[in-house]
Amino acid sequence: MPDAGHSRLIALCQKDPQITDVVLTTEEEGVGLVAGAALGGQRAALLMQSSGVGNCVNMFSLLRNCGFPCIALITMRGEFGEFNPWQVPMGSITEEVLRLCGFLTYRVESADGVDEIAGAGCDMAFNGNLAVAVLLSQRLIGPKQWAR
Amino acid sequence: MLDRRQFVQRLLIDRGDLLIVPGLGSATYDVAAAGDHPLNFYLWGAMGGTTMIALGLALARPDRRVVAIPGDGDMLMGLGSLATIGVKQPNNLIIVVLDNGRYGETGMQPSHTDAGVDFAATALACRFRKALTVARLEEADAVRTLLHSGEGPILVNAKIRPDDVPRVLPLRDGHAIKQRFIAALNGAALNGV
Repeated sequence: MPDAGHSRLIALCQKDPQITDVVLTTEEEGVGLVAGAALGGQRAALLMQSSGVGNCVNMFSLLRNCGFPCIALITMRGEFGEFNPWQVPMGSITEEVLRLCGFLTYRVESADGVDEIAGAGCDMAFNGNLAVAVLLSQRLIGPKQWAR
Repeated sequence: MLDRRQFVQRLLIDRGDLLIVPGLGSATYDVAAAGDHPLNFYLWGAMGGTTMIALGLALARPDRRVVAIPGDGDMLMGLGSLATIGVKQPNNLIIVVLDNGRYGETGMQPSHTDAGVDFAATALACRFRKALTVARLEEADAVRTLLHSGEGPILVNAKIRPDDVPRVLPLRDGHAIKQRFIAALNGAALNGV
């Protein structure tokens, strides 16, 4: 799902001929997509913002019931310098929700940790058929700019 | 209106190497009743996700034909997936909705299709290449041909009678269903952790 914090990564994925990108109407679609890709012998990553985690809760049962590998890169909103209070309720419980749903979670607070942690997360997910979420903190991404 | 068991049975005669994703509830029982097969990815939950699992599979394996078989409640919950599929245009994906206009697992309450919501029209509006509604058993052979050789994405809305048929319960352990499917499709090399 599009997010300002993912915009560069999305553009890079769309340019890479080895990567198939699928834009979703809602994040839970991506959970099914990841499962289907794994059935077909391919690896898939989910990109979403923290509010989208709430949309996925029941669909995450697919990962846990079947032991599908899943790597989710989640940009955090509603936690550090957030202008919009409507992002806070979901952003403040995102990590706990993911853990309740069976994910291992790793937070990234600075740019120099992104490569290493995302790489370790992929290894855990695809070597161990585990669900892993990498949370890219709002302090790292920077707050959304509201002044135009 | 179709007898659901007869219709699904006819669709899956000599199914060959079709990859089939039936949705939770009666669709899974109908596909199981037509004959258990390792290339059935039975769902017992994940309502709304059937068509997206099928899309992931279709994109991962463009060399194979993928058939999603949701019920109408499952399809309504994942209606946005029709737009996502329409954007990706997988030519190896076909959706057959078993539409009885009811939530059969929970007491036969009417669904939105009972009030006239039309999946075939929705699919066409979402850029599906072909979409049609069938209600007679004689049409099953034409649908079966679409399963094996139709240019996707295709949606077939099958109007079935709201009968309460005996349950046929296949494998229920998700890991077992997945591992059996992967072994049959991708070989044992990809089967282990």
